[in-house]
Amino acid sequence: MASRDEIVDQIASFALFADLTTPQLERIAHMFEEEVHPEGERVLRQGLSGSAFHVILDGEAAVIIDGNQRATLSRGDFFGEISILLGEAPGADIVASRELRTLVLAGPQVRAVLLDNPPLMYRMLQAQARRLRNANRWRS
Amino acid sequence: MAELRASSSTADDRPFPPGEYPVVVVGSGPGAIQVAYALRRIGIDHAVISADPSPGGMFRRWPFFQRLLSWTKPYAPVERTSRAYERYDWNSLLADEPENRSLMPGLMDGSSYFPSRPEMERNLATFVERTGTRIRYDCPWTATRREEGPDGERFVLETPDGEYRARVAIFAVGVAEPNAPSTPGIELSHHYSTVRPAETYAGRRVFLIGKSVSAFELATGLLQWARQLILVSPSPVKLSVDTRSLVGVRARYVQPYEDHVLGGGVAVLDASIEAIERGPGDALTVRTRRSADGSEVVLEVDDVINATGFVCPLVDLPALGVTTFGQSRLPAQTPYWESASVPGIFFAGTIGQGSAGLKKHGLPANSGAVHGARYNARVLAAHVARTTFGRSVERPPIASGELVPTVLSELATAPELWHQRAYLARVISLDPGEGPRDEGIVPLAAFVDGVGDDGTADSLALTIEADGTGTIYPVLYLRRDGRVEERMIEPDPLLRFDTPAIQARVAEIVEEVRSAAITG
Repeated sequence: MASRDEIVDQIASFALFADLTTPQLERIAHMFEEEVHPEGERVLRQGLSGSAFHVILDGEAAVIIDGNQRATLSRGDFFGEISILLGEAPGADIVASRELRTLVLAGPQVRAVLLDNPPLMYRMLQAQARRLRNANRWRS
Repeated sequence: MAELRASSSTADDRPFPPGEYPVVVVGSGPGAIQVAYALRRIGIDHAVISADPSPGGMFRRWPFFQRLLSWTKPYAPVERTSRAYERYDWNSLLADEPENRSLMPGLMDGSSYFPSRPEMERNLATFVERTGTRIRYDCPWTATRREEGPDGERFVLETPDGEYRARVAIFAVGVAEPNAPSTPGIELSHHYSTVRPAETYAGRRVFLIGKSVSAFELATGLLQWARQLILVSPSPVKLSVDTRSLVGVRARYVQPYEDHVLGGGVAVLDASIEAIERGPGDALTVRTRRSADGSEVVLEVDDVINATGFVCPLVDLPALGVTTFGQSRLPAQTPYWESASVPGIFFAGTIGQGSAGLKKHGLPANSGAVHGARYNARVLAAHVARTTFGRSVERPPIASGELVPTVLSELATAPELWHQRAYLARVISLDPGEGPRDEGIVPLAAFVDGVGDDGTADSLALTIEADGTGTIYPVLYLRRDGRVEERMIEPDPLLRFDTPAIQARVAEIVEEVRSAAITG
């Protein structure tokens, strides 16, 4: 269990939040909630609507599509944003591969937080661009 | 004679002396009372111990202004003793005997549909008395350890009366310990739990740390007394009527916010609180920094009240390995409210919030309130009976022709589904050999992940859900060959979920899953 001050210190080092000021980080720490998932628990479920946006504080998660593991996520990584941005159910299961602590923002709040924090939106866009580039490299 | 009286008055006639029990329940608030009642109905022997001298838990003291936020409608469209009435009564505990159901409306004085705190306390005490629920009061749990017992590992709970040993320990001790943020100078503030009588704030400038329900409750009560009210936290105010859930400030306490937005003098500031200092004179100085632009705002006030809520009084459970999270230090839990890190330790009552479920669209379950936690307690007791003590559970068959009417009736009236939306589900298994069977109420997260007590057979799970826009609608989950799919049903504007249109859609979905079960 981390206090809000500790959470601010932790997320300040994440690329996603790197351009935010301390008061902005404190506000983020207040708006997100903390969750803990034991090893083996599903955090996002492929095909089920209404999921949330997660930023990993600690631990590791597997990205599983149709039963096949496609990637591993760890501290500082985030997931859930694509289904929220597109208004669709997640296209993958995210499963805690060891105890996972995340900061969570409910799907309906994501738009407002991104619009209120343009540096956060820019960093997220950069991450998506990297994923797209890597996917294109893989295809070619 | 005097000696005899003294002797009889000191004789300890309290129930549950220290010793070995299959289950020990800790607490005497609504969560503990409900789970103890449910265990007894199932026939699981247990002890109940509590630090308090009487039943009620937090309702023995709070809410501070002595009126609840959760309603009970004395006049509802259904009979008071019916199961369907529970939808309209958020405060009564659940009983199987008709005469012990819906006690709350009979104890209210008619002045409000929100019971007063004393009425709620009486409601809980009456339930305990009428159902014969036994509790050993004045017996605080002070420490915990594990040891090997004849049936495997067991827990030892220490109390001043002696030690309690059990394979299963259920803690229903509330989220009751005042939370203190690490702000420098926080010791100059006082907590919600130690607020003085309202009139002592007459003419004073009051700074409230927090913008949650408790901060706005205090602000509402102090509006007529305080010279100035300032509510501060880093994030903006959330109102329950905006979130369409119990998240945010409830409608009852929105008055200070209206005063603020109309320029009446209440200040609501999005800022972090950097320090509280003494002076000038008898006043206090609070240094804040605005979230929007980082600018400093310095305020001189007479009182600082810390309304940042409460944390779980878990004593030494974290040292025993119980993982906690969040500002309330809730224990991380499985869908059946068992510690995610120490099997055998369960949580009932408001601590059950730590089992978040799917939290679809960001909407939490109502486990932090009596009207949600009471159903969790019943499911928890049945789960413990089944998984720890090998009790078989009834699985009533449903005649084939009754399947659609049963689904419609549950969607229209089942209080478990209405109060614990997208959290508790009615599961009906569809084994072609056995025919449809009612598997009871199951946590939805357990159903979709295939870890529920209902097993993994092809099944249908019924829920009521909401999406945060104010729309409430039924959802059916189909499990076929271990894969779960959801089928949302168009909402009805009057929330009637047994209309011909919904009946036709339910029939279509039932047919889909049933034909798959037969052909599969």
